[in-house]
Amino acid sequence: MTVAAVQRPPKVMRQASAEGVRLSLSGDWTLVASQHLENEGRRIVDEARRDRMVAIDLSAVSQLDTAGAWLINRARHDLARRDIAVALEHVRPEYLTLLEETHYRAFEAPARPRLNLVFALLSDLGESAVDALREFYRGVSFLGEFMASMIYVATHPQRFRFTSLVAQIELIGFRSVPIIVLINVLVGGIVAQQGIFQLLKFGASSYTVSLIGILVLRELGVLLTSIMIAGRSGSAITAELGSMKMREEIDALLVMGLSPIEVLIAPRVLGLIISLPILTFIADMAALFGGMVVSWWYGGISPVAFASLLKDAIALHTFMVGIIKAPFMALVIGLIASMDGLATKGSAESLGRQVTSSVVKSIFMVIVMDGLFAVFFASIDY
Amino acid sequence: MTNSSTTLNGALQPRPNRDIIISVRDLVVGFGDKTIMKGLNLDVYRGEVLGFVGGSGQGKSVLTRAILGLVPTRGGAIRIFGQDRDALGPIERRALEQRWGVLFQNGALFSGLTVKQNIQMPMRETRELSQPLMDELAMLKLELVGLGSDAADKFPSELSGGMVKRAALARALALDPELVFLDEPTSGLDPISAAEFDELIGTLQQTLGLTVFMVTHDLDSLYSICDRVAALAEGRVIASGPLETLLASDHPWLRAYFHGVRGGRLSAARVEQKDEEWKPAPTTP
Repeated sequence: MTVAAVQRPPKVMRQASAEGVRLSLSGDWTLVASQHLENEGRRIVDEARRDRMVAIDLSAVSQLDTAGAWLINRARHDLARRDIAVALEHVRPEYLTLLEETHYRAFEAPARPRLNLVFALLSDLGESAVDALREFYRGVSFLGEFMASMIYVATHPQRFRFTSLVAQIELIGFRSVPIIVLINVLVGGIVAQQGIFQLLKFGASSYTVSLIGILVLRELGVLLTSIMIAGRSGSAITAELGSMKMREEIDALLVMGLSPIEVLIAPRVLGLIISLPILTFIADMAALFGGMVVSWWYGGISPVAFASLLKDAIALHTFMVGIIKAPFMALVIGLIASMDGLATKGSAESLGRQVTSSVVKSIFMVIVMDGLFAVFFASIDY
Repeated sequence: MTNSSTTLNGALQPRPNRDIIISVRDLVVGFGDKTIMKGLNLDVYRGEVLGFVGGSGQGKSVLTRAILGLVPTRGGAIRIFGQDRDALGPIERRALEQRWGVLFQNGALFSGLTVKQNIQMPMRETRELSQPLMDELAMLKLELVGLGSDAADKFPSELSGGMVKRAALARALALDPELVFLDEPTSGLDPISAAEFDELIGTLQQTLGLTVFMVTHDLDSLYSICDRVAALAEGRVIASGPLETLLASDHPWLRAYFHGVRGGRLSAARVEQKDEEWKPAPTTP
């Protein structure tokens, strides 16, 4: 037997007989014929619907599968509904069971609730509002749980998983250094270049150094690092926890009397909180370096001059503003990533959705937090 | 006791009167420096239910995957429907793959699609059918495997273990294949569901004229629906033939398998009631 191509396409032949009409079916009545099979199935009804008696002769059918049998049965049903007597003739015994198993039955489509457009729109709006509130509530309660387990760990330090913490710091902190250095050198250089070009118009190109120093240390260093880490480590945490949730590993921890927050989430979030300030420091240095090289190249500001101008432009608090923000950014990224990971449902699609939502939410929250800090530092005049 | 058409401890002799649907010759499969199949020979005849047994870790799943082309082979030939699988071009290969259906051990239903969409997936991708007909066929397949229409719009994560198996079987049967691979179809099912599933496979095999290649550990399945049983050990098929042949074999592994604590209980019960229809023992209230 070779590959069953449509060698014998299904066919319906009509012959008028004494009592009514005789339809001879021939060929392969199988799904291989696809469209063709469906059309021939419909033709049985079309050919016979003006008659009173129909005999369907299956003697020349070379192959029959469930789809073919179903179409024949459906045609019989349609004809019977028009009060046409249908008889099957010359059915091979092996087709008989198949025809019996695929006897016609109506499959009622599940009723789909029909809403009018305005109602649907309003209900969608309400749903998303409630969802947003619920999300916020979950976030706050998750933060509470995390804090409670931190306090527990602080009082029971022997319960804390230091090995896991070190592994996370390596994964989140150490392995991100190259990419963080790279993007910050580039951004520092770009800011310096634009600063020189624009400030040169006022003959104030030496102020570029102040621009770079303050912008990088206060905002850009921590912001770029946080966004990078949200994309790089936040997504990894969500995916990891999400697949653990799908494979019931989280449930396994729970029934062993272990808290997933303590075992899985605390090391990750703490790892982020420790890594992010260090990475921010590295990012600051890299951006200043990039700015210095470009200032020398485009503005003729030598590294020595750059250093002394920088010393005048910034103070310790400029640097501290950036660093203070880092652990808070880390906490936000870690909590959102863990929360979204644990919210994963059973399907692969849901995991993908959670990872996307985790990254989008953390980047959004990082920027919102940065704005709040800007307002806060301005109001305390720091 | 030995049937003339089967031999123990060796290659199968061809049966000229029956169509061979899968023929595996001198198959060698290995990973790294470990060789799992060392010159394995196996034949599956058209229209039979072949039960394939073997100890855990002996490579039953590896053999299934090698036949399906999911695991690279190191040597030997696999012929399916009379065609050498390795010599086929991509188009013939695809045509071949449409003639078999596979039930994976854990169902492997697409988690992002509903049960109905899962069943329609092969139809949608390889055939041109109208949506109403595909809906009807999917529902028909669901009914054939014993699932109600309420399961049609559920996602795989909302199904119980037995329902997943049934839905996966419905998907395997979507294109009306001639050959069906079942990887431990009754594992993880309770004895009642397992017996129902066996019966279902038997009925479908009769109705649709299927050839079934079934990897199983379930002694009940072997007794109730398998026409022939092949046993895998030491990287090759150590015996194959009707169950009685294997029961009579004195290969140590087969003896341990069929006459061990669990197997022994069953085979004793079967031998006693060999001619009657086997019924579960009545439960005392």
